[in-house]
Amino acid sequence: MEFTRREFLKVSGATGLGIAFGRFLSPVKVYAQELRIKGAKETPTICPYCGGGCGILVHTVGDKIVYTEGDSNHPINVGRLCTKGACVYQIVDNDKRLTKVLYRAPGSTEWAEKDWNWALKEIAKRIKSTRDANFKATEDGVTVNRTEAIASLGGAALDNEEDYLLSKMSRALGIVYLEHQARI
Amino acid sequence: MAEKACLVDVTKCIACRGCQIACKSWNQLPAEKTTFDGTYENPPDLSASTVTKIKFREVAEGGKVKWLFRKVQCFHCTDAGCVKACPVPGALTKLEDGTVYLDQNKCTGCKYCIMNCPFEIPRWDATKGKAFKCNFCYDRTSNGLPPACQKICVGGAIQYGDRDTLIAYAKTRPGFLYGEKELGGLHWMYLLPVDDPELYFLPKEPKLPKSLIVWKDILKPIGLILGGGSILAWLGYHFLLMPQKEKLTKEAEKHS
Amino acid sequence: MAGLGPSFGRGAMTNHWIDYRNADVILVLGSNTCENHPVSTTWIDEAMEKGGKLIVVDPRFTRTASKANIYAPLRPGTDIAFLGGLINYVLQNKLYHEEYLMNYSNVSFLVKPEYSFKDGIFSGYDKEKRKYDMATWGYQMSPPGPDGKTTPLQDKTLKDPNCVYQILKKHYARYTPDMVSKVCGMPKESFLEIAKVYATTGKPGKAGTVLYAMGITQHSNGSQNVRAISELQILLGNMGIAGGGVNAQRGEANVQGSTDYALLFHLVPGYMASPDKVLHPILSDYLTKETPKSGYWVNKPKFFVSLLKAWWGENATKENNFCYDYLPKKSANYSWIALFEAMYAGKIKGLSCWGENPAVSGPNSNLEVKALGNLDWLVVSDLFETETASFWKRPGVNPAEIKTEVFLLPACGSYEKEGSITNSGRWAQWRWKACPAVGESKSDLEMMNELFEEIRALYKKDAKAVFPEPIVKLNWDYGKGEPNQDKIVKEINGYTIADGKPVANFTKLADDGSTMCGNWIYSGIYPEDGKNLLKRRIREKEGIGLNSEWAFAWPVNRRIIYNRCSANPAGQPYNKDKWLVRWNDTEKKWETRDVPDFGWKDAKTGEMIPPEKSAANPYIMQPEGKARLFTPVGMADGPMAEHYEPYESPVKNLLSGTQNDPAVKIWAADLDKLAPVASPEYPIIATTYRVVEHYQTGTLTRNLPWLAELMPNLFVEMSVELAQAKGIKNGDKVKVVSIRGEVEAIACVTPRLKAYQLNGKTVEVVGLPWHWGWATAAPGDVTNKITPHIGDANTMIPEYKAFLVDIKKEVA
Repeated sequence: MEFTRREFLKVSGATGLGIAFGRFLSPVKVYAQELRIKGAKETPTICPYCGGGCGILVHTVGDKIVYTEGDSNHPINVGRLCTKGACVYQIVDNDKRLTKVLYRAPGSTEWAEKDWNWALKEIAKRIKSTRDANFKATEDGVTVNRTEAIASLGGAALDNEEDYLLSKMSRALGIVYLEHQARI
Repeated sequence: MAEKACLVDVTKCIACRGCQIACKSWNQLPAEKTTFDGTYENPPDLSASTVTKIKFREVAEGGKVKWLFRKVQCFHCTDAGCVKACPVPGALTKLEDGTVYLDQNKCTGCKYCIMNCPFEIPRWDATKGKAFKCNFCYDRTSNGLPPACQKICVGGAIQYGDRDTLIAYAKTRPGFLYGEKELGGLHWMYLLPVDDPELYFLPKEPKLPKSLIVWKDILKPIGLILGGGSILAWLGYHFLLMPQKEKLTKEAEKHS
Repeated sequence: MAGLGPSFGRGAMTNHWIDYRNADVILVLGSNTCENHPVSTTWIDEAMEKGGKLIVVDPRFTRTASKANIYAPLRPGTDIAFLGGLINYVLQNKLYHEEYLMNYSNVSFLVKPEYSFKDGIFSGYDKEKRKYDMATWGYQMSPPGPDGKTTPLQDKTLKDPNCVYQILKKHYARYTPDMVSKVCGMPKESFLEIAKVYATTGKPGKAGTVLYAMGITQHSNGSQNVRAISELQILLGNMGIAGGGVNAQRGEANVQGSTDYALLFHLVPGYMASPDKVLHPILSDYLTKETPKSGYWVNKPKFFVSLLKAWWGENATKENNFCYDYLPKKSANYSWIALFEAMYAGKIKGLSCWGENPAVSGPNSNLEVKALGNLDWLVVSDLFETETASFWKRPGVNPAEIKTEVFLLPACGSYEKEGSITNSGRWAQWRWKACPAVGESKSDLEMMNELFEEIRALYKKDAKAVFPEPIVKLNWDYGKGEPNQDKIVKEINGYTIADGKPVANFTKLADDGSTMCGNWIYSGIYPEDGKNLLKRRIREKEGIGLNSEWAFAWPVNRRIIYNRCSANPAGQPYNKDKWLVRWNDTEKKWETRDVPDFGWKDAKTGEMIPPEKSAANPYIMQPEGKARLFTPVGMADGPMAEHYEPYESPVKNLLSGTQNDPAVKIWAADLDKLAPVASPEYPIIATTYRVVEHYQTGTLTRNLPWLAELMPNLFVEMSVELAQAKGIKNGDKVKVVSIRGEVEAIACVTPRLKAYQLNGKTVEVVGLPWHWGWATAAPGDVTNKITPHIGDANTMIPEYKAFLVDIKKEVA
């Protein structure tokens, strides 16, 4: 909104000094300001916090996120959000986010940056060697296909498709210590 | 154009403070460094990066407890002390929708608005050397969108709309309406369960400082017409700041 | 959730968020819903606008309580005493929904005469093993009919002393208003006021809903808390109706989904038991023992075989029992506490944490964090550095002494990838990708896909690998890198193997290997190629909030489960405005707003099935077709809810000589300490909880500056009187000490907490949230250092909500 001093005086003092004395607070016309999300792309998502399932719209310009807000078309939250839902913008616009694979060697006092290829290969090796060294193919004559030396935790923060693959992969590996937040 | 307003039903607020975040998110205001000092309420006060917040009050009487919450922000008064006090054309403007707009580009940092608001709303933005307050999400409302804090409220505690309609609605509800007449009519009004505004941190009969009347009706128009910034500054110092010296000292201490 | 399955047949929230608006009375018990599920406020408000009443019962006066018509305090861990009081009130004053009870519950069923209950112990208890043999809890059965079937005997006059009605009445007669007041510390007037208001929902056409969360489940008898709620809701006819239900509010965005997909040791996807070495050595054992003779679960073999087909594809044949041998067989309880006990004992060598931060969330975290140091390797996938990932540099330890290797994988956030999540109301909704992943972060889906491909490559290469078949033969072909979502969704939905076409829903699945399905309860999400119903976004224009064309609710898009019970046996709705299904007697057909949860139409002929038929078994998942006031099977610690004290309690059990739930497991590691009853060193009850401004372990909120601003530090709430007695002022630094450890917190002295009067004894309660740890810029102590390693008798969910502490002012 741009009001030059001249325009302001036009409004407040247009009819002369006498009236200006009494009408100093005459209101100024409203002009539309440019909306800062004008032209941004809206992508619907669901809030990552509680089990409410509220709809959120993420506004982006190119690859950059510019704003997040409650999805007014969503039947559960009809555009409204709580404190946490209001804050999902800062999940991406956040300088504390992990951006690289980090590795901490046994006994080390610090993290070392690594690449994905190395990390996934190394983790795969650990899983295989731990499984193979601690595997029970049978117990009391029953095929049990089981390792009690590897545990997996998590799932409540993942998507269903991720949960499904984790469930499937863990069983194939013979993992029985398979738990997550629902238990606690 | 019809005057716009917000009506807060304090009994519906759950103090989740989604409104505090929504305001920061839309207006791109930074977080403050805070500590927990015995109450859920934080930040402790309004500031240049917090222009709305929820105030909390616990009341224990007769073995029963109440937990009261009230949203604080600029009231957008009809009889706006800040607008009257402001010596700079266009820095503080009463708009035809009833809201009060503070343009930081125009603000010269004289602090007259800070000293003369009966609700102690505008705050000193030390980094910019200017005053700052809630602008009723003018950029949103002028595009037909509700204020960010209103839109987000999960309790449905805040309604936004034509002021007349909200007043008519409020009168159909149980409780007491605050803001219909105060200071010529506020544009943030409150529906209270009891006729005790002070319980909700609302002054019973908000008044503008007497010095402000002399200033706005006589001295400021003359000063403006004469076009003399230095004259205004001199006049303002004597009529606006001197009577409020105590407040000024307090404010200075806060930012020292 | 463990109390829901045995009561009704399914272990999930029965209604959904929007449906709260249809309630006449809302009882919030064991939940701080406005703070922890804030969107509930929108719909509670709508119910209240229409004259509905909100009752909040909570140890603390919370932000939810601030909205209540009636608030009453309740000592942590005494929910059954309170609910038993309500059940007794309803029975004594005959305020139950009689027609509902007689037709839709097992109220008239006869229990075996050998059943007994004496001084807190049900029949069949083995003191040595701390276990019940449930044989005496069974129904009296009819002699086999001409078809060989037997059915439970009933006494419709309800006079037989062995009928459920009489057993129930006798059992809860001890739960008088005076007893409730003495045990719960709730003023008697408050109890009676609540009983009067809530019991009005027993009137046909009225709806009462109970909203609960972890305040109900995180107890050593948490599952029985759920049972007590269920018993009350059955009595009042509040199940299967709009505005009613037992509504388990889920605390994480996809904890419903992760449970549905069985990231739990005791299940496989779709709520089928994970195979047990003793019970199910081979497939035929599994199918015989796990498939009941009646009820919808008679179809279990179709779901189970289709799951095996989804996992091992063409390798799974009838000849090799569909690769049943490849599924791991359990021979112990591997739940969370057991897992950490095993890790503490050095038996677990490797751990992966996918968005899970046990160093903060696990109970008795001094033990659990120390246990992490026994691992050879640890993999953590998260958005931020968590306390679990950085356990080796926690305060007070020397990293050089910790030999665990740690891989910290940067995961991308929820809108930097796409996929679906399931909310508390069973709605599975799609999330689209809005922006690129931050830095080099990846979706967990991509990580898992790439990791599994690496593992499989190692097994294929190694001729000496141990039992590689389950891995190399796994049906896993999702492409390179970011997997093909459509392919996964289709596999979950299920398809016919011969033509590769998706099945319409689980009724099309077969047990002969001709279909595959990754999770039968989600079958129907992808009924045609390219048609993903999780992505539906059509909002209801008019109606009662079911929004049946928005996303997909399991099972088969049903929004309110057990909905046959919304209508009387003749099919006429109890509430004409809020009807879900109704029988049009003129046209002889069912009219439906929701997907019927009963046999309403003959699948083959399309003919309508008259209401009398479904009235006989409205709870289709139960073998006897009824809601259970008395559970003959399914509960480890008794067929009806009975009050026991929390494991750590300041008082003796007034309701019986049995102090604690007799079936809980006691752990014996050196760090598994428990305070004795009425411990003089730890005289104060502590309870833990969450606040709206933070989430879980705080990883996803402490790191967001706007949220950290609102709730910067760990605090402990206490009464004004306790603070005075301890010389503590509001805002002081204090220490909260249990037998297991201590935490530092800031005192929040408030009239919202009050001491409890327990049969003449005054007991104080303090409360702490648990969102803090050492890994962020605004650190705080880990509350779980003081919580106990004691779990619910059925689920092993830890007793976070009631344990003993002392509190001390910290000297500067």
